[in-house]
Amino acid sequence: MSPRAACRLEALGFDEVYDYVPGKVDWLSRGLPREGAKATERRAGDAILHEVVTARLEDRVGDVRADVEASPYGFALVLSEGGVLLGRLRRAALEGDPDQAASAVMEAGPSTVRADTPIDELRARLEARDLRTAVVTTPDGVLVGVVRRQDL
Amino acid sequence: MVRSILYPELRRLLDDGAQLVEVLPPEEYAEEHLPGATNLPLKELDAQSGARLDRRTPVVVYCWDSL
Repeated sequence: MSPRAACRLEALGFDEVYDYVPGKVDWLSRGLPREGAKATERRAGDAILHEVVTARLEDRVGDVRADVEASPYGFALVLSEGGVLLGRLRRAALEGDPDQAASAVMEAGPSTVRADTPIDELRARLEARDLRTAVVTTPDGVLVGVVRRQDL
Repeated sequence: MVRSILYPELRRLLDDGAQLVEVLPPEEYAEEHLPGATNLPLKELDAQSGARLDRRTPVVVYCWDSL
């Protein structure tokens, strides 16, 4: 629909027209501000915590363990240079050789949710799987933060 | 020439003052839309409704998704 609207505006004499192709669904799934009658409905993005421990693939397990022990979480998230979520380091995985790289012990491809997931739906999903936290990413995999079940 | 953009370029355009236009029907716009967006439904898009926009400022249109 938006490509046709963009062409129509151009035909009407607008010189600089852009088409945000991924659209509203992309914006909302990033947890960005919204307006309208449903804008006050609580979504995962409204309960996000941003101070989760993160690590790079090459980081020493011993260093990551120290960060996790000093945090309220029992895990760290491994990110690429661009912030894309690559894996999760649970506390148990951090108990081994402290000189190993994070990449050697991480759990690759952890499950994620989008920031526009309704709170009720997210709570039910976490309860059904007996999970305490959900990891929130943008549609292109960039970490946004985590949501704790106890906060929902 | 219309240019297709992704979020990073949208962010830059909005920071520079671009106009946002949602082309979905009014009911969908009323439920939820991007902050500051104007609703110009595709079916009603003509010279008269287009006059609500500033021709000197870049315009970014969007709908629900890429489908």
